[in-house]
Amino acid sequence: MNDLHRRILIYILCFCSGFSIMGIELLGGRILAPFFGSSIHIWGSIITVFMVSLSIGYLLGGKLSVSTRSLKMFAFIYIFAGLWVLPIVFYSNSIMELIFINIEDTRYGSLLASSCLFLIPTIILGMISPYSVRLLVDNHHESGKIAGKLYFVSTLGSALGTIITSFYLVLLFDINQIVLGFSLVLISLGLITMNIAVSKGTRIENKVSHVYKK
Amino acid sequence: MFIKNKKVKSHILTLIRYLLIYYIAASTTSLSAEVIHQEPSLYHTILVEDENDIRCIKFNVKAININQSCMFKDQPNKFVFNYTKLLFSALLLNDQPKDILIIGLGGGSLSNALHQLLPETNITNIEIDPAMIKVARDHFNLIENKKVKTISQDGRLYIKRARLKKQYFDWIILDAFNGEYIPEHLLTKEFLSEARDILKPNGLLSSNTFIGSQLFLHESATYHSVFGDFFSIKNDLKQNRVILAGKEPLTKLNVSEQRINQLIKALSPFGIDVSDLVKAMELATLNSHWPADTRILTDQYSPANLLLN
Repeated sequence: MNDLHRRILIYILCFCSGFSIMGIELLGGRILAPFFGSSIHIWGSIITVFMVSLSIGYLLGGKLSVSTRSLKMFAFIYIFAGLWVLPIVFYSNSIMELIFINIEDTRYGSLLASSCLFLIPTIILGMISPYSVRLLVDNHHESGKIAGKLYFVSTLGSALGTIITSFYLVLLFDINQIVLGFSLVLISLGLITMNIAVSKGTRIENKVSHVYKK
Repeated sequence: MFIKNKKVKSHILTLIRYLLIYYIAASTTSLSAEVIHQEPSLYHTILVEDENDIRCIKFNVKAININQSCMFKDQPNKFVFNYTKLLFSALLLNDQPKDILIIGLGGGSLSNALHQLLPETNITNIEIDPAMIKVARDHFNLIENKKVKTISQDGRLYIKRARLKKQYFDWIILDAFNGEYIPEHLLTKEFLSEARDILKPNGLLSSNTFIGSQLFLHESATYHSVFGDFFSIKNDLKQNRVILAGKEPLTKLNVSEQRINQLIKALSPFGIDVSDLVKAMELATLNSHWPADTRILTDQYSPANLLLN
């Protein structure tokens, strides 16, 4: 795998994380509705939790990229995100039932429920973008250009994740099947990346030390 | 004429014709209908509009201007909409319900009529939009007293909580669907099972449902999966279908002549013709077949608004 392929892979991963984040956010309304209704504040809770998680994720991803710069770590974040999506599929009903019984106010109930379900996976998915910048930037002067390209790719992924999920996927599949699909895509792409990272050794790390020794 | 292409010319002429029709229609409605109140709401601006002797609630949605709820100002007891009359078919099976739950208040005409008809019955109205309750109180003479109360809450949540508190009802009326957006979580098998759980033995559930789209078949299959056989009641114009289902599957209409005669007398002040209702009641499995593989709507699969197209 040459450098170009590696770059394309990182962009694909960014695209897919954007796609899954918005796909899951959109389904969030449907996941919460049976327990917390469909009032406007349900969307308030969901969007708040996603925005807070993403901001935390960006911060953590950026911080992590200072201490390490490896495709392996990148793949690991991706797999980890995919795994943390799984509780939405398997435990959302029992989590929401518990909250529903204990909290009568649907505003705080839905805020707590969406935090329990979406906070951790979205934080982890939010780490992808800043970490990708670190992987792709070789020279300081092109950092803005690469960051712009990454925003473009991941936001385009978000847009497509929104429209495809809301227009088509909900007509074809159960919510759980769609979320499981996102999780499997994240995990498999993570595994593929991990495989590439391991088989290629520590090329990037070498390159880093090379660049920064200059 | 300078436009040579006949096709283009005819398109332009059609366009002009439509614009003219639109203009005339718009100017006539603005002449006779008068918006007497605007109530801002989280969901849409609610307009109260007077047109001759009819007062209606409209939502401020440019594309679709459907009357959500209407009343005759001089005869507030008479129903403007036909489907509301169809909901009274439940009284043929139980004419003395003690506890009624209405999901979706609108102008409150149904609640008012039921209270006048059954003054000793407890009626609970559930309406998601507090602004709608205000409009019903201020402009549609919503009756509220010891027997009739109105709560602002999502219908599904009220039913879920009622289930926890073990509150039961003789008759649940689902009328939460307006023409533009359907609350998808109120159509699913899980929701209907929760509603069935809070019915008393031999309790009834009436629901105003959709006609003329794919959703019709999905709804039929879903109601059947929860309630077994039910009555499907359509009006002459076939614009609406009311579903009448029971805690136990409904198999036949077993009503004595005497009860029918009593109801004819009791319901005629509301403009409801009971003999028409009896004629319109059909068992779902006998008359509105749906393919065996029709997908049931669940909390996992309920793209109701897409299926409506």
